[in-house]
Amino acid sequence: MLHEITLTINGESYPVIVKSHYTLSRVLREQLGLTGTKIGCENGECGACTVLLDGEPVNSCLVLAVEAEGHRIETVEGLSKGGQLHPLQKAFIEHNAVQCGFCTPGMLMTAKALLERNPHPTEEEVRFALVGNLCRCTGYLRIIDAVLEVAEKGGEA
Amino acid sequence: MTIQTPNPVGKSVPRVDAFEKVTGAAKYVDDMAFGPTLLYGKIVHSTRAHALIKKIDVSKALALPGVKAVVTGQDNPTRLGLYLKDRYIFAYDRVRYVGESVAGVVAVSEEIAEQAAKLIEIEYEDLPPVFDPYQGAQPGAPLIHPDLGKYEVVPFIFPEPGTNISEHFKLRKGKVSDAGVADEIWAQCAAIVEDTYTLPQIQHAPIETHVAVAQWNPDGQVTLWSASQSPFAQRDLVAQSLGIPHGNLRVISPYIGGGFGGKAGISIEANVVLMAKAVPGYPVKVRMTREEEFVATNVRQSLVARYKVGCDKDGNLLAMEVAYYFGGGAYNDYGVNIVRAAGYSCTGPYDVPNVKGDSYCVYTNHPIGSAMRGFGMPEIHWGLEQIMDRLARTIGMDPVDFKRQNCVRTGDIIATGMTMPQIDLVQCIDKVAKAINWGHKDPPSAPHKRRGKGLAIMWKAPAMPPNPGSSAIVRFNEDATLNVYVSGQEIGQGAFTIAAQIAAEALGIPFEWVRVSANPVDTKYSPYEWQTVASRLTWSMGNAVKAAAEHARQQILEIVAKYWNEDPKDLDIKNGVVISYESEREQPLKKMVVYGLPNENYEGWQGGPIIGTGKFMPTYVTGLDPETGQGTRAVVHYTVGAQAVELEVDTETGQIEIIKIASAYDVGKAINPDLVMTQIEGGAVHGLSSAFEGLRFDEQGRALNASFVDYKLATALDAPKEIHGDIVETPLEDGPWGARGVGEHVMVQTAPAIANALYDALGIRFNHLPLSAEKVYLALRNKEKPEKAR
Repeated sequence: MLHEITLTINGESYPVIVKSHYTLSRVLREQLGLTGTKIGCENGECGACTVLLDGEPVNSCLVLAVEAEGHRIETVEGLSKGGQLHPLQKAFIEHNAVQCGFCTPGMLMTAKALLERNPHPTEEEVRFALVGNLCRCTGYLRIIDAVLEVAEKGGEA
Repeated sequence: MTIQTPNPVGKSVPRVDAFEKVTGAAKYVDDMAFGPTLLYGKIVHSTRAHALIKKIDVSKALALPGVKAVVTGQDNPTRLGLYLKDRYIFAYDRVRYVGESVAGVVAVSEEIAEQAAKLIEIEYEDLPPVFDPYQGAQPGAPLIHPDLGKYEVVPFIFPEPGTNISEHFKLRKGKVSDAGVADEIWAQCAAIVEDTYTLPQIQHAPIETHVAVAQWNPDGQVTLWSASQSPFAQRDLVAQSLGIPHGNLRVISPYIGGGFGGKAGISIEANVVLMAKAVPGYPVKVRMTREEEFVATNVRQSLVARYKVGCDKDGNLLAMEVAYYFGGGAYNDYGVNIVRAAGYSCTGPYDVPNVKGDSYCVYTNHPIGSAMRGFGMPEIHWGLEQIMDRLARTIGMDPVDFKRQNCVRTGDIIATGMTMPQIDLVQCIDKVAKAINWGHKDPPSAPHKRRGKGLAIMWKAPAMPPNPGSSAIVRFNEDATLNVYVSGQEIGQGAFTIAAQIAAEALGIPFEWVRVSANPVDTKYSPYEWQTVASRLTWSMGNAVKAAAEHARQQILEIVAKYWNEDPKDLDIKNGVVISYESEREQPLKKMVVYGLPNENYEGWQGGPIIGTGKFMPTYVTGLDPETGQGTRAVVHYTVGAQAVELEVDTETGQIEIIKIASAYDVGKAINPDLVMTQIEGGAVHGLSSAFEGLRFDEQGRALNASFVDYKLATALDAPKEIHGDIVETPLEDGPWGARGVGEHVMVQTAPAIANALYDALGIRFNHLPLSAEKVYLALRNKEKPEKAR
């Protein structure tokens, strides 16, 4: 069955026609060209497809596009504003917290949600928040350091 | 003000690919747009571990609306392979593992392709399977490849037709025979340790699964977009197998979402090309699901390793016998060279006068064992580094002193008869011993917990054919920014950044002026690179980039020298300006690197657009005697390192907490020290994770844990509190500024370092990976009967 819906993504409205079983990650990537959100398992196990739904991190491979209507969706493409990188993006670059880059968008979105919920997390809280985002390259420590540094500097996230 | 970094080699300049990656702009294969004509492919996998294919009925699948084609092994019964051509693209007459590609379906949507895949009916006749590599190597084991003797193979690989052994590397040094090290040598030993160690197949688990898109046009032009560490090797293999002229086959590879060896060589790519051939003019995409990635792409080989090692009363190693039985899985086209590498490096980083080593690659009815970070070295060091620890303790020596005393040094004649090139392993050992505060034990955090420390050392050579080549092109723009063309892949290790640093340094321009034009690598336009494997890019591609930059530099100096009527020898390029040490004149590179310079009074011009080309290929590697493994130069060089682990074990749960990992590697020259550190850190956690990973199979060869729920990777909670890294720099003779590779080495000995620390904490040895809290708990409960060797 086809549904005509409007998705609110990074503050913009996108009318789309989707099938009932289309996931949010699929619609973002294949219909809207927002390929910054990555697919790693399509089972909610790796976190690469993490986007924010009303500020909460979700695996967009487990959210149906029709469910996302009426909610505020944020993806990695919306992090930088007016050519200015988000403090988390800057910190990821400065800490060399990026290697292959495939987990990076999901990591950034999870970290953003954490800092919005808890602006001054402990290291343990950062680790716990990131536990659903798998990274095979970096060993995590630089990602954790980058998030902690943004929190310390009070960078609004 | 824009930052300008002159002479960037040795400086931790930022990654050139980071901005794209944090903004989501970086494109991977699955992010590329192919338009509405894109078709979707689904591979049908074998459900049997070992069986003859009696019949394949595709009629129901073909009848499904939306299905465009079905491809089976009948469509292209030619063999494929990097070192040993032992597999068909789609299974032809038999299947050899659960997960093998039997057919490919092409349809207008993923959903229809999936549905059609289920409608393909395959009739099998089961054959007896082989799962254990040691059993599989014994006479009388069921034969997995009865045609082994007919397969095309490179000259340095030695299959044994009539058996399941696809490669047997023999090393004989000192007083040894095929029966073993001479009795008189064993008689001189004050201590001998003999034991068996095993490890299971594990998976690379890159977050990006394998994905490929292919288009076969009616005019014979074929394009393959693939997430690949090896675009040129893939072009070569597919071209050979499918009879496509190399010039008609274009492989395009953008950024890769993690490789770790799993995207080296060839996996599903030839299948996708064949599927595209069936629908001329249409692009066809196949993306592996996570489950398929686990069982139907590549895995690391399993190993059954037997060791017997002896030393004298002063702790000098005297004798070593090793037999490595690698579980190569169903096809060993790449795996045979892993086993060869394990053979010529079988002693680990030790100076042992008498060695008998046998390294066997054994076919089994499990997934394809192929290249993975470390390439045989994590596998052999797992047992070896524990044996050395045990040997030291048996004669009452500190294991660190023992390793320092026996480790290889520059100029040593190593096991293959080669003279060890420049390295400083002793310094690596000393650095990690200091960093982990060796010899001192902190009290545990609770009474039911135990602390322990362990140390392990390693070596690894780039394992390659003798002559893998690299090439590079540099091209100036009007503003003197420079485009560097390479085909080394950016798989996360920082290859593009290193290429930019090397080009800038060799040319004398700021780092920020360089752009790396390698995303995507496109075999139609990019210069040749063998593969992004073997930790060889900084060294080999680096040498090619340096040569290309020097070629461009020389052209510039000649033009300016003529313009000034000076000798090019008196000129230099500093920070983007040509200077004369003789006349102290200056000439900016801007404009002149494209437009050239006028002659006096504008009587004509000279110069023109500057393009530099460079190449590198090692020319000095020799063959080895097939009976003894002896030869002048087995490999190009070795990278060595040491790693130490501090951990705490909860005796009530068996839970292991890794507190700290300290690593030191001799990289020759750190082109970018912080990027070396990112490898050291990421590798330590990869190594830690690998110690707890293992694919499990049922008695029919079906994987039981092919998902991230059942196959656990280390998470942010598992990473140690601290990873300490030390960089040692003993320049390599033929490395750019002395640099050698380090990308794989950083995980080679983490598992045995953990095992040695577990022994230190608990007094229990663990011979069989994977480790787990359950295994530790049970071992603690059975401490009086330690885990038995198989």
